[in-house]
Amino acid sequence: MKKILILSTALTGFAVAANADITVMSWGGAYGEAQTEAFVKPFIAATGKATIMVDSDNPAPAIKAMVEAGNVTVDVASVEYADGIRLCDEGMLEPINVASLPAAPDGTPAADDFLAGAVTECAVSTDIWANVYGFDTTKFTGAAPATAADFFDLAKFPGKRGLHKSAKAVLEFALIGDGVPVGEVYAVLSTPEGVDRAFAKLDSIKADVVWWEAGSQAPQLLADGEVVMTTAYNGRLFAAAMNEGKPFQIVWDGQVYENEMFVVPKGAPNMADAMEFIAFATSTEGLRASAQQISYGPARKSSMAEEIIYKDGKTVMAPHLPTAPENLTNALLSSADFWVDHDAELNERFQAWLAQ
Amino acid sequence: MTTATTELLKTADGRPLREALAAAQARSKRKAFWLVFPLLIFVLLTFLIPIGYMLKRSVEHDGFSKSSPTLTAWFQANSDFDHMNPPEAAFAALVTDLAQMQATKNTGMAGTRINYTVPGTISLFKKGAREAGDMQPPFKAALLTLDHAWGAPELWYAMEAAASKWTTDFYQVATDRKLTETGWQRGDDKQRIYLYLFFKTFLVSGIITVICMLLAFPVAHLLAVLPMSKSSLLMILVLLPFWTSLLVRTTAWIALLQEQGIVNDALVWMGVLSDEGRLSMMYNMTGTIIAMTHVLLPFMILPLYSVMRVIPPSYARAARSLGATSWTTFRRIYLPQTLPGIAAGSLLVFILAVGYYITPALVGGAEGQLISNLISFHMSKSNWSLAAALAAMLLAAILVLYWIYDRLVGIDRLKLG
Repeated sequence: MKKILILSTALTGFAVAANADITVMSWGGAYGEAQTEAFVKPFIAATGKATIMVDSDNPAPAIKAMVEAGNVTVDVASVEYADGIRLCDEGMLEPINVASLPAAPDGTPAADDFLAGAVTECAVSTDIWANVYGFDTTKFTGAAPATAADFFDLAKFPGKRGLHKSAKAVLEFALIGDGVPVGEVYAVLSTPEGVDRAFAKLDSIKADVVWWEAGSQAPQLLADGEVVMTTAYNGRLFAAAMNEGKPFQIVWDGQVYENEMFVVPKGAPNMADAMEFIAFATSTEGLRASAQQISYGPARKSSMAEEIIYKDGKTVMAPHLPTAPENLTNALLSSADFWVDHDAELNERFQAWLAQ
Repeated sequence: MTTATTELLKTADGRPLREALAAAQARSKRKAFWLVFPLLIFVLLTFLIPIGYMLKRSVEHDGFSKSSPTLTAWFQANSDFDHMNPPEAAFAALVTDLAQMQATKNTGMAGTRINYTVPGTISLFKKGAREAGDMQPPFKAALLTLDHAWGAPELWYAMEAAASKWTTDFYQVATDRKLTETGWQRGDDKQRIYLYLFFKTFLVSGIITVICMLLAFPVAHLLAVLPMSKSSLLMILVLLPFWTSLLVRTTAWIALLQEQGIVNDALVWMGVLSDEGRLSMMYNMTGTIIAMTHVLLPFMILPLYSVMRVIPPSYARAARSLGATSWTTFRRIYLPQTLPGIAAGSLLVFILAVGYYITPALVGGAEGQLISNLISFHMSKSNWSLAAALAAMLLAAILVLYWIYDRLVGIDRLKLG
């Protein structure tokens, strides 16, 4: 079986990897484009090393399959924070030495420059994105929703809600909406009563929820008028508002944010180049460039020292980033440790609850 | 029949006829074999071996067993220990293995394996392994002080089961059972989902098959009896959506059927519905059934058409001339002749519907989740063994249905064209 996996991955990998020195696997779409513009093109210009970007629905299972088959064709992959930890624990990733990452321009070593948790044993943060909720400003003439609790308040703000069909981030958001302080959310969610409480909160709006699955569905539901407010990835709402002029506004209260990580799969064909690429992309300038392309925040303090301007040349990015101080007043850092332990259990419960 | 004394028939060159025939047949059989040989290799490599590998995955996982030799040996020597209160020796073996896991960086794999049956153990293992190297006897007290979860009986059941790489754990989980203090039990009602989803998947697929059959029958009949010029136009109308991307068709249905969609807008505009009374036809079971029926309809029309095309119209005319009413003619003459087409179409549509997941995921809302969505979920969350167990159960269920179908309809009556 191994041979067949090797053969088939080799055949598919051959076409894309034949002439490239470095292959980067990311999520495609607006996000993949932003990474191409911010990381890949400048890297080629700076080093002259051929680098290509390949798309995947989710790079984590793809690189797991490659490592298991013993034929890795990808050098760098963009994975979710929890996957970066899980795959590292399973021995599927190369360790990354934080000391090898470039220091900030003022000389602060990378270990101190990165925000807490942004560099793990095998992964380095490329940006910080958030699960937020947004609403259509034309649908609310009087008071507009402003807090996580407002999302669950059907009496004050009638109308359908869009929610991600997934336990992760939704259960946390429900607890915050129910008045649990962000610092206690995971402590509450670790108890059976806390899980019941989250589901009870979701029960209160269940009949009025439209569930979305793909990231692009959320702004679409809002644009179509199917829902009056919806949770979404903040970059999607920002892109719809900026590039298509949609009247969407983001509510940052109760946002659940996390790092997106670059990793190197074990046995990557161009290990040294991969490490060089990651060091380049996650440098102060690299992370800045990424935030100029899409409204996901840089994980280095030094990247935010100067004002970041969107690619349209006029929009100041700071207020649109999950990491802006005014957006962090009631925000929760998604806990990878919690989800690595409870992902399967809570998703089973979530699916069973949906089906009831 | 020939007797021993009967002289054998011989060919012109004196060889017995039977031998000559056998030789000729063997030659043509060899030729036929070499013709299908590439296909055989293809099917073997891309179909049978992966399925076999998947089945193996569902009963095999060495994440814990390969890095727990001491504990495995202890379990083998003490198969009747008290899970509620394991002795010091068990904890000593566990600490030895934990320290070894930390050194060889296998903690994550081992924790992941146990976490499949006892949630919350990955971080428990990580914490335990970090400290294990510095622990002093008594190990039982040391581990329990670190985290009392180490004393949980279900954890010991899980480790005992995972000490062998062969396991039925994933089938237990896939049938909604849960590891408790006293071993595997029927799961909590709040957590039970898989069997219900299997049932729902088959029910929805059955409904879609029946609707497809009712819709496809008149269309296929028209295709078969209309003059060539008109029937080819109709055929294009059937095939055009067939050639369009699945995602495009699914999203088109969303645009049509959602509450602010074209159908509702038109009905409100015509005054059939009030603006508040818009119909919910999307993000629920209705949406799933409509979209999937549309996507799968050609798979019913085409086999039906190919069967109906060759039914001689003279049979029906003969029945009518002998005095049958048009209903009787249809029921006793026409319908029985289309059965092979109905059988083939139903089988195709049903089996395709059982495996669908993109369409239900996009249009199904809360109700629209089918078993394949959960298989895909576990694939993406790295629990390949549970995904494999669910997939194996789905495969087994389809094979059973196929067997029943063969007994009822007869697979030799199937006609695809």
